[in-house]
Amino acid sequence: MKHFDYDVIVIGGGHAGAEAAHAAARMGVRVALVTLTKASIGVMSCNPAIGGLGKGHLVREIDALDGVMGRVADRAGIQFRLLNRKKGPAVQGPRAQSDRRIYRQAMQAELELLANLTILEGEAVDLIVTGGRAAGVQMRDGSELTAPGVILTTGTFLRGVIHIGDISKPGGRMGDDPSVRMAERLDSFGLPLGRLKTGTPPRLDGRTIAWDKLEKQPSDTDPVLFSFLSTGTYAPQVDCGITHTNPQTHDIIRENLDRSAMYGGMIDGVGPRYCPSIEDKIVRFAEKQSHQIFLEPEGVNDHTVYPNGISTSLPVDVQEAYVKSIYGLENTTILQPGYAIEYDYVDPRALRMTLELRDVPGLFLAGQINGTTGYEEAAAQGLVAGLNAAAQATGQTPISFSRRESYIGVMIDDLVTRGVSEPYRMFTSRAEFRLSLRADNADQRLTERGHAIGCVGDARWAQFSAKMEQINRAKSELEKMNLSSREIADLGVKLNADGPRRTALEALSLADFQFDHLARLAQNVGDIPQNIQDQVKRDALYAHYIVRQERDIAAMERDENHKIPEDTDYSQIKGLSNEVVARLSKARPESIAHASRLEGITPAALMLIIGATKKHRLATGS
Amino acid sequence: MDTIFALATAQGRAGVAVIRISGSEAVNAVRVLSGDVPAKRGVRRLRNSDGELLDEALVLRFLAGQSFTGEEVMELHLHGSPAVVSAVLSALGNINALRHAEAGEFTRRALENGRLNLTEVEGLADLIDAETESQRKQAVRVFSGALGALADSWRVKLIRAAALLEATIDFADEEVPVDVGPEVVTLLDDVRREMRHEADGVRIAERLRDGFEVAIIGAPNVGKSTLLNRLAGRDVAITSAVAGTTRDVIEVQMDLDGLPVALLDTAGVRETEDVVEGLGVARAKERAETADCRIHLLLNPLERPEGLGADDLVVQAMADIYPSDGPAVSGKTGAGIDALVAQVSERLQKKVGRIGIAMRERHRVAMLRAIGHLDDASAALGQPDSMTDLIAEDLRSAIRAVDSIVGRVDVEQVLDEIFSSFCIGK
Repeated sequence: MKHFDYDVIVIGGGHAGAEAAHAAARMGVRVALVTLTKASIGVMSCNPAIGGLGKGHLVREIDALDGVMGRVADRAGIQFRLLNRKKGPAVQGPRAQSDRRIYRQAMQAELELLANLTILEGEAVDLIVTGGRAAGVQMRDGSELTAPGVILTTGTFLRGVIHIGDISKPGGRMGDDPSVRMAERLDSFGLPLGRLKTGTPPRLDGRTIAWDKLEKQPSDTDPVLFSFLSTGTYAPQVDCGITHTNPQTHDIIRENLDRSAMYGGMIDGVGPRYCPSIEDKIVRFAEKQSHQIFLEPEGVNDHTVYPNGISTSLPVDVQEAYVKSIYGLENTTILQPGYAIEYDYVDPRALRMTLELRDVPGLFLAGQINGTTGYEEAAAQGLVAGLNAAAQATGQTPISFSRRESYIGVMIDDLVTRGVSEPYRMFTSRAEFRLSLRADNADQRLTERGHAIGCVGDARWAQFSAKMEQINRAKSELEKMNLSSREIADLGVKLNADGPRRTALEALSLADFQFDHLARLAQNVGDIPQNIQDQVKRDALYAHYIVRQERDIAAMERDENHKIPEDTDYSQIKGLSNEVVARLSKARPESIAHASRLEGITPAALMLIIGATKKHRLATGS
Repeated sequence: MDTIFALATAQGRAGVAVIRISGSEAVNAVRVLSGDVPAKRGVRRLRNSDGELLDEALVLRFLAGQSFTGEEVMELHLHGSPAVVSAVLSALGNINALRHAEAGEFTRRALENGRLNLTEVEGLADLIDAETESQRKQAVRVFSGALGALADSWRVKLIRAAALLEATIDFADEEVPVDVGPEVVTLLDDVRREMRHEADGVRIAERLRDGFEVAIIGAPNVGKSTLLNRLAGRDVAITSAVAGTTRDVIEVQMDLDGLPVALLDTAGVRETEDVVEGLGVARAKERAETADCRIHLLLNPLERPEGLGADDLVVQAMADIYPSDGPAVSGKTGAGIDALVAQVSERLQKKVGRIGIAMRERHRVAMLRAIGHLDDASAALGQPDSMTDLIAEDLRSAIRAVDSIVGRVDVEQVLDEIFSSFCIGK
């Protein structure tokens, strides 16, 4: 057997890289994390916040699989808010402002705790490819590191170009060089590449902001954390400020539009519609007199402030002028100007559900390189790539996540099936089984699976098992209690008093019926711990809807289990049109479910594929 | 696995029509219609939920493992009238555990259960493709014109409603309107009102209820009215040897080979000075143009009438006087009548197939399901403290139910609407 230095090498220490390295290490293999500097691991290059809608779900899922992002975000959290508190648990998303420095340090500390994870400082300039397989990386100093699995998490470094107004220069992040040779290596694989852009606002000196004049947004009084293991906040809590642009701000921007990199034609990359620059907002929503800006402190002991809502690629002097036109920022100085960055991404349709490149075995991609945006999206992909690189190194079966069990599955399925047309961000509306995929039940959906995979540690498993035992015990007690509709109605709950009898658990599915009501009928329910009561109530609320979805889920499951062999030659399937053959050959769907979601695939085509896979199975005897 | 049903024989009028039901609920479904189910086969009366008699059918039962799909299958052999088939499909669609089969779904089940070999699959795939294509055409046909515009407007409204709800969910921390309730309620009310109107079948049932129109046209005095009288078997139009006797459109309802047909005798087409006759001619032309089939009566078999349609027949008149090699008919003696009836009937049967009762019935069931979900969503929107995620789910279910009509609504389209309406992005 060939000797490798490591089992898995992760290139990049951003959110994808850190999560990938941590996940692979949890699987017990030897991992090297290659980063420019140790100090840059866990850097938040964009806004200092974790979570939100859809994103908060991803963090919970990462945590349920014993990943690191949720724990670190809890350590660094300086303002916690649960979004959509009034709209139903399925669409509630935890979000927190983070202290950048604490986040970085906590992330580095987590990685250093793992004995089988080595952090190496240096620049990986090229990949080593042997017999068409990734086999390691070449460092700038000429040294080589070998491993059968390599995870590339280059973020915005692939041929990155930074734009500030009419000045453009190559750069992967402010102050760092781009990766050009690595991009050329990817070119050599013949991968489909595209170009995206993203932007940042100018960073402000918080000491020069007139906070007293501004509206404040405090932390929630009962903070909801990310990790199922966390019990309370760690860092001191701070307020964010809120201010607005005004017609004067808009005039300044409008007059200088031709000097913006984006509007001056310097940028070709596609930017995200949900994160437009201030230039974009003013052009596209010209009738709006004002846009909201959140002033987010970057840390407890850091006077840098991130003005969320005014990312830009205007020249520095224009940035200074428009910032000073904003209420409360009249005397504010800019610490670092905002900039736009353009970078290469790989069309994610070239990936398997494991995030391994179909054409380069052993090479996994995660994060912005796959056309996504956001720390959480990156970390979730890092987790999947890390688990799979480790699984491959130890000969385990590939680990993929389904749309019906997780947002992670929704995201990866969207990426590999549909590709991206703008930087991909998670939204709850992307999940068709949103009511079952809640942030509150991420552990119930995934921790057991993670334990079976081998990425969930003992401490979490013990905590989870104890919680599940409590939930199950509570549910079985509640199922034994039988209530008449009259009894329930007499407590002031709206329902037909002549309706049928129901168990206490069924009664909890009535939105108005709470544990407090139940306690008046049966005193022993008071013994159920509050957090268990809350979870049982949340599960019960959706019970009816989830039953309704079960048929859809079963159908999807059936189609997912119907795998299409990797080596299927679609041109050999009689009856498929050339167009369909071309689409299937390009997409290489892994299952009938995956194939059915491709554009232009007819029921007849699916039938022929099913027929062909049956034949294949008969022929190979598998 | 869902229990599915569909018409298994060709659509349109036939001696016998077979509806196939496959899945674990097949037997129960038939029990709902017929009260009891034969062990193997038997004749049963099928009734809808109102107790109305739909048909007397031969009911066949196939056990799992011995059927086409490999699942438990029931077959209902009905009298082949489109109205009967439509009524039975409708009754099945109202049973909760059942749904109409997708294109190729029976075949797919047969394949998955090992009931087909690969050669059979290849042949069947062509059939499914044809079926999918014809369904697409049917959908276009049924939903073209006024109904198509309506379906488009439903689509726009449903996307807008979904976008409003989803914006308040996914962009709660952005500057989006907080109270979208009133606009969503208005949109949903519009859609469900119009959908209910359609589902009630005002337009859809029209054709089969009122029958087809067959117009007899030709020059004055060529024998149109005599032919009509012969076909109808009674004196309806006044016939005389004077040209221009029929001054209006005369309509006779009749059963032509089992199809409801309105036979139209039109005023002879000629230039005329007579005002009254002129009106008759104009009206005749108008009616003849919108008829489903036209019988052109000519004296000269070599003549080609103007504006001949694909469903038109050209027949030489007065076959008793002028012998002919080609299609010819005599209203007076009855010569050639049977051949003519057969030809008209064949053309209309084809149309029945194209109109696609099953498709329309399926759409009606889909609309009723959608209306149910929209009712739930509207009701919840009207209540304080209702959960937006559940309302959004009802709306999604409604859209899924009618996606065969309005087209599939992709999340990207909802996001497009959100991003074009609201300035998202802080």
